Amino acid sequence: MMTIEQFGRRLRARELTATRVTEECLRRIEADNPRLNAFITVMGDGALRQAREADQAIAAGDDRGPLHGVPISIKDLLDIRGIPTTAASRVREGHVASSDAPTIAHLRMAGAVFIGKTNLHEFAFGTTTEDSAFGPARNPHDPTRSPGGSSGGSAISVATGMALATIGTDTGGSIRIPAAACGIVGLKPSFGEVSIDGVVPLSRTLDHVGPLAQSVTDACLMYHALLGDASAKPPAPMPIHGLRLAMPRRYFCDLLDDAVRARFEEAIERLQSAGARIDDIEIPHASEVATVYLHIVLADAAAYHASALETMADRYTPNVRLRLEMGRYVFGEDYVRALAGRERLTREVDAALSQHDALILPSLPIPAPAIGANTVQVGATAEPVRNLMLRLTQTFNVTGHPAIAMPSGLTPDGLPCSVQLVGRRMQTDALLRVALACETQIGGNAGKYEG
Amino acid sequence: MTIESWLQAALADAEKRGLPELKPLLEGLARSTRTLRGADFNDDAAGPKGPALQTNA
Repeated sequence: MMTIEQFGRRLRARELTATRVTEECLRRIEADNPRLNAFITVMGDGALRQAREADQAIAAGDDRGPLHGVPISIKDLLDIRGIPTTAASRVREGHVASSDAPTIAHLRMAGAVFIGKTNLHEFAFGTTTEDSAFGPARNPHDPTRSPGGSSGGSAISVATGMALATIGTDTGGSIRIPAAACGIVGLKPSFGEVSIDGVVPLSRTLDHVGPLAQSVTDACLMYHALLGDASAKPPAPMPIHGLRLAMPRRYFCDLLDDAVRARFEEAIERLQSAGARIDDIEIPHASEVATVYLHIVLADAAAYHASALETMADRYTPNVRLRLEMGRYVFGEDYVRALAGRERLTREVDAALSQHDALILPSLPIPAPAIGANTVQVGATAEPVRNLMLRLTQTFNVTGHPAIAMPSGLTPDGLPCSVQLVGRRMQTDALLRVALACETQIGGNAGKYEG
Repeated sequence: MTIESWLQAALADAEKRGLPELKPLLEGLARSTRTLRGADFNDDAAGPKGPALQTNA
C-alpha cells in the first residue's frame, strides 16, 4: 500500500496525480467493500472533483503541504458539510451536516480528498463494529473476524488501500483497537488537543479524535493537519540507543493470548538489542480501571441518549440499546467515585512516565475475535470479548495520555499483533518521536494486509 | 442505598419497562459498582482508615 509520504514524493515528481490515486481507491472500494462493508457513504463524485482541483492547484504552484490531494476516509461520526452523519444508527435517519467539524475543516484546508464515510459500531459504543445499522464490518485478514472497533470501517479502508489514511475516534480504544486488529498504526492524541466539536459524542470526557494510517510518519502528518498545522514536517526519531521505556507487566501482561505474548516479547527483545532500556514498573490501580471507565462512559452516554431512548428506542440495534439503558441506572455518587479513581490513575501514569520516555505494552490482548463471539478463551478461562478488547487501551482514555498502536507481526494464523506506546500528557509529538524510533524494531511492515 | 437494594429495584424497574434482557447487564454493573466502592481511592467522611498507631502511653 502507498503511504502518504510516498504519494507526496511521487505527486511532486509528477509521477502520479491525485485524480489517478483517487480513482484507484474508488476501484478498490467497488471491488472490496461488498465483502468487507467498510463504507457507509462513498463520496465518489465529490472526491474526484476535489482530486482534480488538487491536481490543478499543484500544476499552478499552489501546494498546500503533505496532505495535498491525499484520498482519506472519515469515520461516520464526524460532520462533513452536506453529507449525513449516520453514527451507524437508524436514530440519525434524515440527518445532514450543515457544516464541517473543525477537524474536517482543517483537513479540507490541507487539501485532503474525502473519499467517503466509514462504518462503525453504532454510536461508537462497542469494540467490534458488529452492531451497525449498516451491517457488520469484516476484517480483511479474515472476513469471518471482526476488524475491531468502533472505528472498524476506517481501519479496513486503510489496511486495504481504499484510502491512504483515515480519521477515527477513541473513547476506550476505538482508534487503537481496530488499528491493532487490522495491522496498521492508530494514534490517540493527548486529551483536549484535537477538537471534538462536530463529532457525535459517546462521552465528552473520554472522546478523542485521531488518525489511523499506514505508518507513524503518516499518522504524524495527519495529526498535525487535524490541529490545523498542515505544513508541519514529521519530527526526527528519538535515538533508539538510550531510549527509556517503562513496561507495566502487572495487569497489562496478565491476560494475553500466547501468540500475542510471543510477538510482544520479541518486540521487547529487539528494542533492547537496539539499545533501548526497558524497566518494569507498576501502575498500582490499573486493575480498577475497568470499573472507573465503565461508570464514566455509561453515565455520559446515557445522558446524551436519554431523550432518544424514550422516543425511538426501537431504532437502536438491540445490544447498543441495552448498554445505553444500563447507563441510566448509574448512581451519582458512583460517578463521583469513578472521577476520584480517574484522578488517582492519572497521577500514577504521570509518575510512571516521570523517569521514562514512554510506556510500552501490547495494544490488544487477543487477535481479532470471530464475528458473533461473546467470549474468547485466554489460557484456562473464557473472557468476555468486550472486556478483553478494552483491557489495554481504556486506561489512557481515563487518564488522557497520548497513545499509539503499531503493528508488531502476525500470529501463526496470519492475524495482526500490535504494540502500544504511551507518552506524557500534552506531549504527543514527543510520543511520535519515540514511535518513529521503535517502528522498524517492533515489526514495521510485518502484518500489513497484502490483498 | 446498598448495592443489593439498588439491584433489586433496578431489576424490577427494567422488568416493568419491558426490558428483562437488562437483567444480566445490571447484575454485571452491580459487581462493577461493588469493586468501585471498595477501592482505596474513595474519600470517607470518617477520615482515612489506617493501621492503629502503637504508643507507649
